[in-house]
Amino acid sequence: MTLGDMELSVGASRGFDARAVERGTVYSYTLVQEAGAEFEAQAPYYLALVELENGALITAQLTDIAGEVTIGDAVEMVTRKLTTDGARGMIVYGYKFRPAMT
Amino acid sequence: MGVSIIGAGMTPVREHWSRGLDDLAVEAGAIALRDADLSHVDALYVGNGYGGAFNRQTQLGSLLSARLGLSTVEAYTCEAGEASGGVALRTGYLAVESGAVASALIIGVEKSTDIVGSARVSARGVSLDADLESINGATLTAMAGLLMRRYMHEYGVSLAQFEGFSLNAHQNGSRNKFALFRNRLRSGAFVRAPMLADPVSLFDSAPDGDGAAAVLLVKSELAADLAPYPVAVIGSAVATDCLALQDRADPLELRAAAISAASCLEQAGLAPGDLDALELHDAYTVLTALSLEAIGFSERGSGWEWARDEGARIAPNADLPLSAFGGLKSRGNPGGATGIYQAVEAVLQLKGQAGDSQIAGARNILIQNIGGLGATVATHILSAAND
Repeated sequence: MTLGDMELSVGASRGFDARAVERGTVYSYTLVQEAGAEFEAQAPYYLALVELENGALITAQLTDIAGEVTIGDAVEMVTRKLTTDGARGMIVYGYKFRPAMT
Repeated sequence: MGVSIIGAGMTPVREHWSRGLDDLAVEAGAIALRDADLSHVDALYVGNGYGGAFNRQTQLGSLLSARLGLSTVEAYTCEAGEASGGVALRTGYLAVESGAVASALIIGVEKSTDIVGSARVSARGVSLDADLESINGATLTAMAGLLMRRYMHEYGVSLAQFEGFSLNAHQNGSRNKFALFRNRLRSGAFVRAPMLADPVSLFDSAPDGDGAAAVLLVKSELAADLAPYPVAVIGSAVATDCLALQDRADPLELRAAAISAASCLEQAGLAPGDLDALELHDAYTVLTALSLEAIGFSERGSGWEWARDEGARIAPNADLPLSAFGGLKSRGNPGGATGIYQAVEAVLQLKGQAGDSQIAGARNILIQNIGGLGATVATHILSAAND
């Protein structure tokens, strides 16, 4: 099962169709140095606005970045751990984007 | 018809470690009541963005009305992130203009230093879109970084070309004893500053501060009898855009800033060129550039040009005075109190009581208060009362 097959009810209610959106290009990016508590251990990390193939923008972290990031880079969606929530350490999974493999 | 300001007060913006949210708010409110020579008002509207997140305190209307001797009056918080002060002013304007209340005290207050570090960064993030932005590690500053990088890319602008906005803010703030950071910035330091979320640096982003500011509103026909120098609110508007930047039709257009400013100018019967000064929401320099484009002072993609020559054209007595008291960048960013600080600063200008920050002959001042990266925008035009 791919992410595109999943029912993303929250996104769908906001006009977000997961099936059309697994690939895109970097619309803008930043390296976050000053993070919130839930993400402090990961800082610095790249946050981006990705322009999906259907034209929509999506806010997500970039992952598996080895070199420089540039606006226009081709990226693809992957499922990753975003953070852990609360004292019991519940894992929050979500989407990130990595450099396109193909 | 019409609404006027007959009292104003504020505390310095500081890290007020030894004082509570209520202490700051009561101080500012009491100054405004004393300035208006009133001991009672019909309503209290509180602009506060993060009381629940920073201070574990809501119901500020009840908390503050009792301490100000206003127990039992209509009193509650108006919230729209950092635009909370501006929307509280709008709420007061509507209440007085409608005749539902004869007088209203508006207090903007934020006490951010009750929490520090990454906990505060998270707390401020409640004003972003939780599902689409914050859960992915977005912060307000990170979203500003995304906006600024795209702006620079689309319009071919370099980081150094934003420098004048911060230089002007600190130059002006150095003259304001209520400002948080009164140091001047040297030209060239801006591009070397430590990055928070590149290209947004420490010298681009406004520093968090604690503070409270207050204004007292009455019907204009009563104002002349109550105060020697009333200040008229001749334009008042709030507009919204999608909360998440990604959902905007065009992220580089501050639609809510444009719509609310256009409405204010129409109400006032003024063109942008008739404004003598602006207090914009310069939490990040890119917001200043985009606001100038939205209000109509620049074409799309050229708002940054006002920062040229180390900000010479936006200095207090130049073409378009911006941030005469230091703006958020130097006076400090008191969160949801910001919109009322802007109002108090404009009142001081229009009454000729701005001291070292005075803009000669200022008669019409536009103040614009932005929540998030343009999600909620409150714009007002204040004017020296009719002669």
